[in-house]
Amino acid sequence: MTDLIHGVYTEGEKIADTKAPKVPVAGMWEKRKMDAALVNPANRRKLSVIIVGTGLAGGAAAATLGEAGYHVKSFCYQDSPRRAHSIAAQGGINAAKNYKEDGDSVYRLFYDTVKGGDYRSRETNVYRLAEVSANIIDQCVAQGVPFAREYGGLLDNRSFGGVQVSRTFYARGQTGQQLLIGAYQALERQVAAGTVEMFTRHEMLELIVEDGRARGIIARDLVTGEIQTHLADAVVLASGGYGNVFFLSTNAMGSNVTANWRAHRKGAYFGNPCYTQIHPTCIPVSGDHQSKLTLMSESLRNDGRIWVPKKREDCEKDPRTIPEADRDYYLERIYPAFGNLVPRDIASRQAKNMCDEGRGVGPMVGDFRRGVYLDFADAIKRLGQKAVEEKYGNLFDMYARITGENPYETPMRIYPAVHYTMGGLWVDYDLQSTIPGLFVTGEANFSDHGANRLGASALMQGLADGYFVLPNTIRDYLAKGPFPKVSEDAPAVVEARTAVEERTKRLLAIKGERSVDSFHKELGNIMWEYCGMERTEAGLLKAIDLIRGLRAEFWRNVKILGSADTLNQSLEKAGRVADFLELGELMCIDALHRAESCGGHFRAESQTEDGEALRHDDQFLYVAAWEFGDGESDPNQPGSTMGAPVLHKEDLVYEAIELKQRSYK
Amino acid sequence: MATSTKSDPKNMDLTLRIWRQDGPSDRGHLQTYEVSDISPDMSFLEMLDVLNEQLNAKGEEPIAFDSDCREGICGMCGLMISGHAHGPEKTTTCQLHMRSFKDGDTITVEPWRADAFPIIKDLVVDRSSFDRIIQAGGFISVNTGSAPEANAAPVPKQKADRAFQSAECIGCGACVAACPNASAMLFMGAKVTHLGELPQGQPERWARVVSMVSQHDHEGFGGCTNTGACSVACPKGIPQDVISTLNKDLRTAMRQGG
Ligand SMILES: Cc1cc2nc3c(=O)[nH]c(=O)nc-3n(C[C@H](O)[C@H](O)[C@H](O)COP(=O)(O)OP(=O)(O)OC[C@H]3O[C@@H](n4cnc5c(N)ncnc54)[C@H](O)[C@@H]3O)c2cc1C
Ligand code: SF4
Ligand code: FES
Repeated sequence: MTDLIHGVYTEGEKIADTKAPKVPVAGMWEKRKMDAALVNPANRRKLSVIIVGTGLAGGAAAATLGEAGYHVKSFCYQDSPRRAHSIAAQGGINAAKNYKEDGDSVYRLFYDTVKGGDYRSRETNVYRLAEVSANIIDQCVAQGVPFAREYGGLLDNRSFGGVQVSRTFYARGQTGQQLLIGAYQALERQVAAGTVEMFTRHEMLELIVEDGRARGIIARDLVTGEIQTHLADAVVLASGGYGNVFFLSTNAMGSNVTANWRAHRKGAYFGNPCYTQIHPTCIPVSGDHQSKLTLMSESLRNDGRIWVPKKREDCEKDPRTIPEADRDYYLERIYPAFGNLVPRDIASRQAKNMCDEGRGVGPMVGDFRRGVYLDFADAIKRLGQKAVEEKYGNLFDMYARITGENPYETPMRIYPAVHYTMGGLWVDYDLQSTIPGLFVTGEANFSDHGANRLGASALMQGLADGYFVLPNTIRDYLAKGPFPKVSEDAPAVVEARTAVEERTKRLLAIKGERSVDSFHKELGNIMWEYCGMERTEAGLLKAIDLIRGLRAEFWRNVKILGSADTLNQSLEKAGRVADFLELGELMCIDALHRAESCGGHFRAESQTEDGEALRHDDQFLYVAAWEFGDGESDPNQPGSTMGAPVLHKEDLVYEAIELKQRSYK
Repeated sequence: MATSTKSDPKNMDLTLRIWRQDGPSDRGHLQTYEVSDISPDMSFLEMLDVLNEQLNAKGEEPIAFDSDCREGICGMCGLMISGHAHGPEKTTTCQLHMRSFKDGDTITVEPWRADAFPIIKDLVVDRSSFDRIIQAGGFISVNTGSAPEANAAPVPKQKADRAFQSAECIGCGACVAACPNASAMLFMGAKVTHLGELPQGQPERWARVVSMVSQHDHEGFGGCTNTGACSVACPKGIPQDVISTLNKDLRTAMRQGG
């Protein structure tokens, strides 16, 4: 074994090849599609694909592969595929349609996304994303997705943070809902056609790897508790993001890392786990009872103006009585070119800075007031209340319902919250992980957003992956099949299944003192404090220690009532939290090793004189892909730890875009 | 009611009567619980989280209820709260806040009740019948990759707006729970109107409505007698006129011999 670096990880070989065709980006995707082997329609029915997740990434892929005639098994933990968390996306979806004739193009969308990601994403994948973006809009409109339209009946667009063109398509504040319903309906059509078998209220708890290939999953039927084996020729994970490692986030209550983590433990590398997006416009925390945070779409920054009082004494005053001269519109002041539309990471960090300076507003939470104003008074004056209502009505209503305040009359209060995870399982150009036959799409992979994601580009990625990319690349893999039949009593299958059964038994047998939620909250506090908006070496080392201690306590002292053979929501949560307790450590290790600031990852040791993030391209121009390190003892046993993970670097090469320090000033 | 010391004078002590049912074959019963010091800023489900933590600490199995997004959009949550689907406000259960109640209130919490929504456990029901109605025709048949340019068919804003409004349905099932006949006509009307208002939805319009209605009846949902209770309970304000649209489309389809 090589020496431990920082005492917590080792370094292995570099990743040599991402399998992107060796041609300029502009012709690359065409070439890949041409080169991908074809599967004869008559053979498709004999090929089966498991897809975990029914959000935009999974739902779109299941529908498309079903239409093509493959045998698809689709899984989600909710009671219907329509409830995947993609449903909650509000603001919109980007596409390089250039309907506004404002100079948009595939190249500009590509450039904006790479720059927005702070030059930590892979050029080849992002170019393809921009390239297929226009097809997504066509497909969705054909499915009946009711995008916003102008009076002439044509599609409307708006602009979103971090860009200077209008390329975002939207359906009031419910874009994700409408896109997901489109994918869901296409999926249900295939269920009716018999090509897709749907498993709702089923949770994937283990990956089956046989003869070096992903060949199936172990899932628990959440209603009956039955542990089931599902086998296939290939497995796709489209299981979403892992922001819930912070306990409080804008993710759904059930969002989890279990599918990804189980695959990671079986050999899939985890890419850039520490890259987390903290969204600037969320409704502030109101108390200890808080179970989740609610996002206010970033589209609000188009018309709302963000400010805090110039003087601390004014922080308690009714904001309407504070005169213009005493307000600090700090984003407009610091970033005159982009103003309120700077990328999310910058808007979030500046909000934190204002509150740390003691100029935050709203109730005291701990030692600080954690809130800044988002003010629509000017917009209402300029456009009229009716126009503002048209555009943002449902968001304003939601704000009023949650806070009990009327945002048409007093400015809203907002504060950053964990929102999206750019990190995820490492995939190559084909979206295939380091385990052959295991593909990863949507938020669950790491591929397109570098260290920071631009608004309206996750929906774009989910649908690009699901409708257009994966169906082409997985075809090339499946063309090598059908693979030898795996039987349910093959050693690898039995081992995976036994592991799940044992783990379930072990969790229920602990019968300790503390609830699952109490562990989850404590983990969340550690992550927010030390691996949140600002990270330091000392803090991260401390967090790693704390998490190890907490994990050991969890396996000794968690209290889960009820049994394994019925609907048992505490048991479900316990499994998810157990995996978060391992992921959290890896995130801290990744954040510790990356001693630079980039995008959402801000290391206090690496900043410019005026407090902006400072990248170190000479040392860190790579993707950190982590291999799971087996510990000496069983990591699930009390007191033990995971083994030290192994870092594999994938060097990032910029050929189409010139590397620059990001500036929005 | 036990009196408690409140950490804030605005906080509340409440009596809850909650439906407990071990499984589909258990008869089930209402059980009484007391909760204290509940903040008006909590959501209704956060109040149940607090109760569940208490039960867990006492060694009593927590109450099972569904929720996921807790933002009023996924449609996973849904409780009958003192006889009102999603409670006293026009919103989802997860977006209902405790400021809608007052100190000393007694609140009854039950699952959706309808033959087509069998109870799984406590407050959790099986709504897969909704998915099957969509499978019967709630879609536009267009395979990936075969779509024309998006702006090729302009949609008049008025029609686009009505399609959008109908498409806001979150599939929660409150309309069924509120209906004395347990009919799902509002849910179905919303889908038929969404797709029927759009040019893309025309080719399958008549077949769609016939097939969906037949599935609806097959699932055991009741007939519509125009009580309007559905629309009142709907957290997304789906108007009752989508049912008229559905009936009109159904009549046209029948005339065409569909
Ligand atoms: C509040 C909010 C607003 C947003 N707004 C925007 C926006 O305006 N524009 C934009 O581009 N992006 C937005 N995003 C981001 C975007 O919505 C998500 O990144 C994207 O929808 C993720 O899609 P997905 O298909 O990868 O995963 P999801 O939609 O999260 O789906 C995950 C699926 O996996 C299933 N699953 C997970 N684990 C398991 C398991 N172990 N077993 C079985 N099934 C499992 C779930 O049931 C679900 O079906 C927003 C995100 C949030 C939270
Ligand atoms: S019509 Fe309204 S009440 Fe009925 S399922 Fe849809 S959103 Fe829920
Ligand atoms: S939990 Fe999603 S709508 Fe209530």
